[in-house]
Amino acid sequence: MNPLDIVRSEAEPLVETVEIKTHFKTPRGIARAVDGVSIQIRRGQSLGVVGESGSGKTVLSRSIMGLLPRNGVIREGSVRYQGQEIGNRTPKEMRSVWGREMAMIFQDPMTSLNPVMKVGKQITESLRLHLGMSASEAMTIAEKLFRDVRIPEPTRRLNQYPHELSGGMRQRVMIAIAMACGPNMLFADEPTTALDVTVQAQILELISEQKRDRNMSLLLVTHNLGVVAGYTDEIAVMYGGKVVEKAPTKTLFADTKMPYTEALLRSIPRLDQPSHSRLATIPGRPPDIVHPPKGCRFAPRCAYVRDLCLNEEPELQQASTPDHTFRCFYPVGSPEYLERKVELTRKGELVSTGDLS
Amino acid sequence: MAGTGKAHLRNTDDVLLRVEDLVVEFPIGRTGLKVNAVSGISFDVLKGETLGIVGESGCGKSTTGRAIMQLPSPTSGSIVFNGTDLTTLSGEAMREARTKIQMIFQDPISSLNPRRNVRDIVLEPLSIWNRGTKAEQLATVDKILEHVGIDPERAAESKPHQFSGGQCQRISIARSLVLNPQMIICDEPVSALDVSVQAQVVNLLEDLKKEFGLTLVFIAHDLAVVKNISDRIAVMYLGKICEVSGSEDLYRNPAHPYTDVLLSAIPVPDPTVAVKKISVEGEPPSPVSPPAGCRFNTRCPNASDRCRSEEPTLREIEPSHFVACHHPLFGGDAPVTVRSN
Repeated sequence: MNPLDIVRSEAEPLVETVEIKTHFKTPRGIARAVDGVSIQIRRGQSLGVVGESGSGKTVLSRSIMGLLPRNGVIREGSVRYQGQEIGNRTPKEMRSVWGREMAMIFQDPMTSLNPVMKVGKQITESLRLHLGMSASEAMTIAEKLFRDVRIPEPTRRLNQYPHELSGGMRQRVMIAIAMACGPNMLFADEPTTALDVTVQAQILELISEQKRDRNMSLLLVTHNLGVVAGYTDEIAVMYGGKVVEKAPTKTLFADTKMPYTEALLRSIPRLDQPSHSRLATIPGRPPDIVHPPKGCRFAPRCAYVRDLCLNEEPELQQASTPDHTFRCFYPVGSPEYLERKVELTRKGELVSTGDLS
Repeated sequence: MAGTGKAHLRNTDDVLLRVEDLVVEFPIGRTGLKVNAVSGISFDVLKGETLGIVGESGCGKSTTGRAIMQLPSPTSGSIVFNGTDLTTLSGEAMREARTKIQMIFQDPISSLNPRRNVRDIVLEPLSIWNRGTKAEQLATVDKILEHVGIDPERAAESKPHQFSGGQCQRISIARSLVLNPQMIICDEPVSALDVSVQAQVVNLLEDLKKEFGLTLVFIAHDLAVVKNISDRIAVMYLGKICEVSGSEDLYRNPAHPYTDVLLSAIPVPDPTVAVKKISVEGEPPSPVSPPAGCRFNTRCPNASDRCRSEEPTLREIEPSHFVACHHPLFGGDAPVTVRSN
């Protein structure tokens, strides 16, 4: 372990959640969008939250930031920022935290920018409000921020409306706005899903450069394991409102424990596979979070399911690798897993996609 | 990029679709300006083949797909399908021709009528064309729904919003199949889906292609998906084709600098692989006033004066591998015969 890592592991987490639950009241019943999630993010660290649609990853990041409506939402558990409880604060009390301490970049830069306000006005707004700058001071800073996020001709761009900018340029504006008050914690919710692959690479590079330069913490929400692989220190895989596996990025890929994570990795088409190779799929659909299955939430779709999985819910347990936890009775590599794998391979039901485990 | 040129067209009997010098322009109001969406591209698709078309937003890939269907008709160029030039057909004849070429779209939910039940949506093409009796039509619909993995009984009583995105895409596929088409144009069919569901739909398309003897044109921006499904791939940039090749060759040996950039930008799901430095800055120029010469010259790391003035044409640099570039990544110095049209 290098000395830097020891210093880091002793540091207090910047953001910590303890068993937070966010449930929504719906006509069909209570939707358990986030159902008992505990995570810690230390200063300067980045955590990737990965999962399919409906796994609760977006609701998790919004719960931490306090961006959920008050009505029809049931919240439990605790959210701490620099050791202080912020989970029970009102939006009015949160105002001093938003922008200045925590900021968020959303998926769709067109709908999250105000279409009838020049982007310069949108970026100086928070500078004037939180840092008490004058209009001209704020404009100077805004221009510098635009230069930081590599927007060409910043002076001209500040005077434009969002519709005059391309998708990639709008996302740069969003990043500049998020950076404006120098937050300690940045949430990025699928920041590149709406962008082209070349622009995606530029934006991810920009986010990680800003994180490094400002010693910021980052929570990156995405459904793309390829995106988190290159840009995060740690990954939490979510399924049905729970974290089912959490590990340092390298460990997660090299030493996957949870069959769901394995299945997710296998379903990505890879360039090193020959054309027309059969893609591995995960049968079925994500669980109904209003009526989640009784045992393990992934059990109905899992190829390695046994009776126990259907009746009892596995607790989060520690793997032999450090900082690695998972929720499974028969993890990848266990005797029961291997036994079933042999059976499946014999029946030809397992699609081989190279050596992943 | 390049370029025009037809060196890559094949002269065999089993060519199902042959597009030559396709140009699609959209006028901008009364300004006299126009958007050059597609600027003179040519390609062909053999029976039973899957052609992948990749490129960034605005490169003209969707416009190309729609131009084949004459939605809208191209500004100029010919589109020969099964020996008939679709651009010369009018009204009724084109409607008839469209039963042989079907299309599936990116957003599976908005491409289905929210007020109708799913079975009627899939049945509609058959009732428009009066194919068989009502009972026969229903039997066909149920058979095809089973094929794509949708329960026909549920389809009879459910509306599209009661299905997930992946299921809606299966329904769109079923609708495109009921008229027994020869070719399906898939416009970003899996971009809106989760990875696990994306794999299901790609596998389904491969199965159906074999079963129904289909020919596919697969348009997408995700190169990993395109590589998996395609036999041949055309890379587009700003309304032109830069490279055409078999899909394995293209990935192993990209010849156009733009293809290389696209490939290096794909995030690799493996943290031990170092993130490759992006070798391209900025975004594509406006298709209203595309750059002279090679259209990629404003962002190309290898651009020379020649690239800024002279437009490269497609030429063969290895068997069945064509590139439109003055300075390709390989095969540039070897004596190459530039075939002119």
